Amino acid sequence: MAQLPQNDEIPLASLPSGTTALLTRVGGDRAFRRRVMELGLVPGAAVQKRKTAPLGDPIELEVRGCRLSIRRAEAEVVWVKA
Amino acid sequence: MSAPRPLIALAGNPNTGKTTLFNHLTGSRARVGNYPGVTVERRVATMSLGSGQDADLVDIPGTYSIVGRSAEEQIAIRELTGLGGGRRPDLVVLCVDATNLVRNLYLALQLQELGVNLVIALTMMDEARGILPEPHKLGAVLQCSIAPVVARSGEGVPALVELMRDRLATPDAAPRWRWTPSLTLRGAMDRVRAAAPEGWPKDDALALWALMSVTETDELQGVPQAVRTAVLLGGPAGEAVDEEVITARYRWLDEHIAPALSGPPERSLTDRVDAVLIHPIFGFVVFLGIMFVVFQSLFAWADPAITLIEDIFGALGGLIASSLPPGILNDLLVNGVIGGMGSVVVFLPQILLLFFMLGLLEDSGYMARVAYLMDRVMRLMNLNGRAFVPMLSGFACAIPAVMATRTMERQRDRLLTMMVVPLMTCSARLPIYTLMIGALFPPDRLWGVVPVQGLLMVFMYLFSVGMALTAAWVLSRTVLKAPNVALVLELPPYRAPRLRDVLRMMTSRASMFLREAGTVILGFTILLWALLSFPKDVAFTQDYEAQIAAAQTEAQVAQLTAAQDGERLRGSYGGRLGHAIEPVIQPLGFDWKIGVGLIGAFAAREVFVSTMGVVYGVGGDVNEESVTLRERMRSELRADGKPVYTPLVGMSLMAFFALACQCMSTLAVVKRETGGWRWPTFLFVYMTSLAWTVSFLIYQGGRLLGFAG
Repeated sequence: MAQLPQNDEIPLASLPSGTTALLTRVGGDRAFRRRVMELGLVPGAAVQKRKTAPLGDPIELEVRGCRLSIRRAEAEVVWVKA
Repeated sequence: MSAPRPLIALAGNPNTGKTTLFNHLTGSRARVGNYPGVTVERRVATMSLGSGQDADLVDIPGTYSIVGRSAEEQIAIRELTGLGGGRRPDLVVLCVDATNLVRNLYLALQLQELGVNLVIALTMMDEARGILPEPHKLGAVLQCSIAPVVARSGEGVPALVELMRDRLATPDAAPRWRWTPSLTLRGAMDRVRAAAPEGWPKDDALALWALMSVTETDELQGVPQAVRTAVLLGGPAGEAVDEEVITARYRWLDEHIAPALSGPPERSLTDRVDAVLIHPIFGFVVFLGIMFVVFQSLFAWADPAITLIEDIFGALGGLIASSLPPGILNDLLVNGVIGGMGSVVVFLPQILLLFFMLGLLEDSGYMARVAYLMDRVMRLMNLNGRAFVPMLSGFACAIPAVMATRTMERQRDRLLTMMVVPLMTCSARLPIYTLMIGALFPPDRLWGVVPVQGLLMVFMYLFSVGMALTAAWVLSRTVLKAPNVALVLELPPYRAPRLRDVLRMMTSRASMFLREAGTVILGFTILLWALLSFPKDVAFTQDYEAQIAAAQTEAQVAQLTAAQDGERLRGSYGGRLGHAIEPVIQPLGFDWKIGVGLIGAFAAREVFVSTMGVVYGVGGDVNEESVTLRERMRSELRADGKPVYTPLVGMSLMAFFALACQCMSTLAVVKRETGGWRWPTFLFVYMTSLAWTVSFLIYQGGRLLGFAG
């Protein structure tokens, strides 16, 4: 999935806390990608970045009313469009 | 009844109230075993369907999907379809969290594609009222029978059982697909289906399962080579398949289910609690408080119960000792059997307490927050935040800590945690440290302020953490090297734990420990007893019997008896073994008498103290504060007239106890958790080699630097 980022895409990790954006695509290794998508983070889904854990990692997300947490390194390969 | 009892599988996402529902449906105690090859529990219990009909209910571990590349993720597909030789369930009950409908129904769509005979139990109805469509309307959309329940109170459970009975009588197992595969995917599925050999179902859904699960590096068991080849050779990229399928299922759910919901579930309570509990400052204050309670309960609060158990078994032993004629049988019963049973039961208070806490933490939703808060720290060990509580428990005792690794999701993470938890400074090491530090180091203060002895104790704790970190770092890159699986953690809403579920888990864990680890510990104790008690015909250097008979005072009798016991122990097989291992432990600064102590300490580390008491002829009822034992140790001389115990030997011995796997109970419980002797053997070998090496470096290095050996 070696796509170059589109102009208006940013990694989920860079999304300011408290904002919601539309998910465009999920990168990373296959197991991570499948797991995350099966939890509802599919392209087109609205995802909110809620906050960052006190030690700086991981980050907390909300998608489809469900709270999830993934590490910052993985949030770098989940792309959203504001 | 001639027909076999129907088999019903209970499936669902994690945190859907599945266990509570399982307990409600079965009521009785579950039969618990391990799935073959993985350290995941399989729980089955008999439930009544009413009108005299019974069924077996199997609790499938919570899962978000039937797809997966690891052996433990494969459990779901096996239990749901009987793939790989198991029995296919006659009915599947799927727990669906009504407050999280779309995400939960993703699994329902997979089950419908598989064509299992399905009933949906819509749980958490009490939280979801007002946002859900009528269950029967939802059922019509899904073409599936749905029973709304509140698992916590049992509301709706009778109606669910009735529905289950109906579905068993008139099964509906037609596969239902909500999406149409692309031509490429269709072709790939056809190819995999056609490649399936005899005995492997030729089924679209299973072909799709293989396409999404089988990879070059998966850990799946029993997938036929023909199927593997069909998946891996040619065809579309796995990533493309995953994206097409997952997106298509969610598209259907977004179009048909999401619009019927009248709003998001009420989460203000969870939001308010989280505002405190994962707050950068207050969150850690509360976290430290809760962890302190967990740790303190194991370290200190379990103590009265432990003492009571020791007293009861001591009294029981005394009773038997005095009511039977003295002899080998008496000794075997008292010191082997009763003593062994005592050393099993003595772990119960800590196990019960820890699992009580774990149950509360897990069921309330706080455990996920612990993982969230501590992930950054545990990542240093190549583990995730879920390893924190087991690691912390290791500072009290490795036995409950090893058992607590069950709360972790991945087999590899559980194993890694089990392999390093025994390095933590458990409470059984403290008596050794106290004895050594008290006997060999001066009660001075460094720079007039810092007590040397206290500093050494702190150093031993830091040393154990450092070694555990190092061991985890090395093991996770060698023996337990695994593809780095990203952390994806669900933070479920806070819910009040149900005491009955917590207590049931607690007692089930405890009884499993007694049955499976307990027997091994008992066996080891009897073996050790035999080693240290035989042969009986030791040739004494003096005629103790005559001297004792002639003794004037009780003190003389006690002294003579202790001296005789010491000589007997030194002449036992264990004593000879101590002699035999002397060449191995001499480079560490230990003589054969310490060797006997090391052998005795295998029963439990703290036994070293009393074994040394017996070896030195000051009696076995000494403790680590005993002045007599300390003085005796200080005056113990080697053949060349130099003292056996120098501060350097003390450091070497403490390092040995910090690192060696001097604990048969740890080995027994690791055997029970991993289902075989492979991992406990590895644990013993690696820890003992590590201990030997570090003690060697300390002792020999210290001598090179000019310290007195």
